[in-house]
Amino acid sequence: MTARRLDHRGSTLWIAAMVHRISGLALAIFLPLHFLALGLAIDGEARLDSFLRWSDQPLVKLAEGVLVFLLAVHLFGGLRVLVIENLGWRDRQKALATIAAALSAVIAFVFLARVF
Amino acid sequence: MNVRLYVWQRLTAVLMLPLVLGHIAVIFYATRRGMTAADILSRTHGSIVWASYYGLFVAAASIHGAIGVRNVLAEWSPLDDRRAGVVAVVLGSALFVLGLRAVAAVVLW
Amino acid sequence: MTSQLSVSVWRGAKEGRYETYVVPQRQSQTVLDVVTFVQRNIDPTLSYRFACRVGVCGSCAMTVNGRPRWTCRSHVAKVARRGRLEIGPLENLPVIKDLTTDMQPFFEKWQQAKGTFAPSRTRYDDIAQIRPDSPARAAADAAIECINCGVCYAACDTVRWSSQYLGPAALTRAWTLANDERDAGNAARLQAVGAAGGCHACHSHQSCQEVCPQALNPTAAIAGLKRRTAAAYLKGEIKT
Repeated sequence: MTARRLDHRGSTLWIAAMVHRISGLALAIFLPLHFLALGLAIDGEARLDSFLRWSDQPLVKLAEGVLVFLLAVHLFGGLRVLVIENLGWRDRQKALATIAAALSAVIAFVFLARVF
Repeated sequence: MNVRLYVWQRLTAVLMLPLVLGHIAVIFYATRRGMTAADILSRTHGSIVWASYYGLFVAAASIHGAIGVRNVLAEWSPLDDRRAGVVAVVLGSALFVLGLRAVAAVVLW
Repeated sequence: MTSQLSVSVWRGAKEGRYETYVVPQRQSQTVLDVVTFVQRNIDPTLSYRFACRVGVCGSCAMTVNGRPRWTCRSHVAKVARRGRLEIGPLENLPVIKDLTTDMQPFFEKWQQAKGTFAPSRTRYDDIAQIRPDSPARAAADAAIECINCGVCYAACDTVRWSSQYLGPAALTRAWTLANDERDAGNAARLQAVGAAGGCHACHSHQSCQEVCPQALNPTAAIAGLKRRTAAAYLKGEIKT
């Protein structure tokens, strides 16, 4: 293609769609690791416990906060898509998208506040 | 993406709306300071509720995630529709197996 | 002394380069005026398309500073960035030469989406009585004013990323026909738009809606098709 810049990629709704896609990809990558970690219980309680203590480090807690944000933002973004596709057309979509991101950030922040 | 995959994708999404909200609540509860493996496992061990809730969640997430990844691969990678579908099935199966194993790990062990 | 515009124009086909021309700025000048000036006064080998030049035919659509638009309806004063314009052919279509694209793929997808009316009556039957305020007709009318300019198709990232995606215009037309009570081809149409590359590939970025010069909303039309095809699939009317 010949264009050197694509103007539509700065719009709020396009960014919302990209955040939704990237968060989904990140969760799909994270999920097997999450399952493997829980599966440590098979080797006994002590094994799971030592993992939990490892995850008490600030950097890991921060990563967990990011994951909670990704989960929440993917959920609210998906809800926005379901609304677009199934309910009557609504104006104020940009507001909806921004509120979804803000709500997710709040949830992640509350999570982090509780673990630190 | 066609109508069949779309219906599965959206239905599993709707199913997971309450499951994810419940899971966020569980996360908040479980990350209460000082909760050890023993604390967690004493609650999950032998629990039918836990097994059902998270078994369902694993199934839905495996399907939903696989279809999502399929779409991304078909659009953003050199793979064509068919090959993207193969990778998606592999990923979905892996998620399903690992997920049920994790549920079994905390309920049965 | 008039001020001047620095205008970069795509020259070539799939391979090529941007060439810069200096064009005098004039009052109420449109981007089409600028392209015409270059071709008539500076370089007669520049290829571009236009017809009505008053915003009813859609032939003059090009990419201007990264956004597809009708150049005859784009005032330079509103779209130029600090006296600069970058003008290229529409995205997502093969380039024939310079600013002209091959619209064939766009129209072929129109056909693939079954965007053509299938009659259910003959000339010997009574004329169909359609109430203009019926919900189906209102839905069709809200989407009917498409003049196939290709601007939405050029703005769509899903078209860009997926060569089989039918695109916003073809699907919008399919939606209008799906709401046309006189049309007899809906079973085949839903089958067509429910297949791979059909309406379900749309991710609701809504770039189409943002750029449509007719203020149409392809995302809403496509959402309607998603609902219709999902219902038809669950009833066993579509085979995948």
